Amino acid sequence: MTTLRKQIGDFTRLRYKRRKTLSLWMTFLLSLAAIVACSALFAVFGYVIIQGAPHLTLSFFTGLPKPVGEVGGGMLNAFVGSVLMVFLASVVGIPWGIATGLYLSEYGRGRFSFCVRFCADMLSSVPSIVIGLFVYVLMVKPMHRFSGIAGSAALALIMVPIVARNTEELLKLVPQHIREAGLALGIPRWKVTLWIVLRGSLGGITTGVMLGIARIAGETAPLLFTALNNRFFSMAPDQPMASLPVQIYTYAIAPFEEWNRQAWSGAFVLILFVFVLNIVTRTVLRPGRGSVRD
Amino acid sequence: MSESILKVENLNAWFGPVQALKNIDLEFSPQSVTALIGPSGCGKSTFVRCLNRLHEEVPGASAQGKVILQGKNIYDVSVDPVLIRRKIGMVFQKPNPFPSLSVMENVVAGLKLAGIRRKSILMEVTERSLKQAALWDEVKDKLNQPGTSLSGGQQQRLCIARALAVEPPILLMDEPTSALDPISTAKIEELVVQLKKNITVIIVTHNMQQAARISDKTAFFLLGELVEFGQTSNVFTVPREKRTEQYITGKFG
Repeated sequence: MTTLRKQIGDFTRLRYKRRKTLSLWMTFLLSLAAIVACSALFAVFGYVIIQGAPHLTLSFFTGLPKPVGEVGGGMLNAFVGSVLMVFLASVVGIPWGIATGLYLSEYGRGRFSFCVRFCADMLSSVPSIVIGLFVYVLMVKPMHRFSGIAGSAALALIMVPIVARNTEELLKLVPQHIREAGLALGIPRWKVTLWIVLRGSLGGITTGVMLGIARIAGETAPLLFTALNNRFFSMAPDQPMASLPVQIYTYAIAPFEEWNRQAWSGAFVLILFVFVLNIVTRTVLRPGRGSVRD
Repeated sequence: MSESILKVENLNAWFGPVQALKNIDLEFSPQSVTALIGPSGCGKSTFVRCLNRLHEEVPGASAQGKVILQGKNIYDVSVDPVLIRRKIGMVFQKPNPFPSLSVMENVVAGLKLAGIRRKSILMEVTERSLKQAALWDEVKDKLNQPGTSLSGGQQQRLCIARALAVEPPILLMDEPTSALDPISTAKIEELVVQLKKNITVIIVTHNMQQAARISDKTAFFLLGELVEFGQTSNVFTVPREKRTEQYITGKFG
């Protein structure tokens, strides 16, 4: 008996040392993986700053593209176009996405809602260039021209499933007994849904919406065949419209050095915008703030 | 014995195919406290949730039978459950104040969402309801703080105030003190006795002493059936049924 216990003791001691070393190694490898993943982001950001920040001038924001060969000019047309298209896409996409999320969480049951959920997931994983092609067939061809509206439609299609699924997940965090408390007060179900359930998760839903905006603000592919681009200042939604990502793309692949420089500056502005939006939403509007969970 | 305010006739309830309540007949007299006791899963909660038609909100759940409130069967097809729930309030096992609403907004939520917007009325109702719920002195300076910032016992009294704000003649309480400490429990028990002066209280409890302390009548449920119903003093001292005696003396359950 004693020998057995001693053997087990020796064995455990031996294993313990090995386990400890192995654990140290594994922790080291995992940390390394995490550091490499983060450093990619810092490398991209750093490189864009180095390339883009020095050429950033006020006229870059206020000026319009100059003819090839001339130095200077800016991307005002692209900034305005991007803001306009993202705004239009949001006006359609946010309510539509939230409504879908509400349906899925509060009213959807059975096979149909399973299908809707599945389709939303599929839609958000469809390559964005395919969305662009789809809108091209649906809107650009019948209208016989590229337009800001078509660009907004493509962006909205990307936004809806993101907002919908995020909204659904957040509403599902609202405990059932909160809904029952509302119903038991003699409040009709739709009012409970709007004024108690939705209001209680507004912080988190806003976060999802902001992340959705950040996502579509940087999309290039869906705009290539829809909004195209525009070298001139235009706010007409039925005309081809410039956007920051497409302008960056056009300038980056052009054989003019001045354009390449401006592409870097544009990339810097875009990445800064997305970055700031992400940081603000994640710190100020942390999901779950103001809402109750079990 | 005065006439009953709420009368249950042959009530049956199901969760999908599983029958949770079998042929319940029960009467509640006005301005009284009725305790519902019985082991977990015996159907007490389902029963009270049938009384304000909350049971049917659970997917797959259904109920059949008659529940007559002031001469009208609330299970009539023409009856809007929303209006029933304004007359029969409910307090839940777990304190559930509305998140992101302040103390005052919680109290007046029922009124506000029914369309009452006058500030003076809302203020008046807030004070009256919170006083009724014995919470006013503790929260009168924090009416604008979130309801969820209160302690568990305060939250539960806030929920009682919220239910009382719409002035229901009947209040259902589903194990209102099971998540609370003894002091909060004592406060709520005292409150129930006070409430009895004006309204009818139907309270589910696992605490036999609680039932004995505060109720006028007691109903004992077992496996979805009503085993015994009578004056609390009788049920606890001279139960008619063997099973009741076994339960209250702790032989099972």
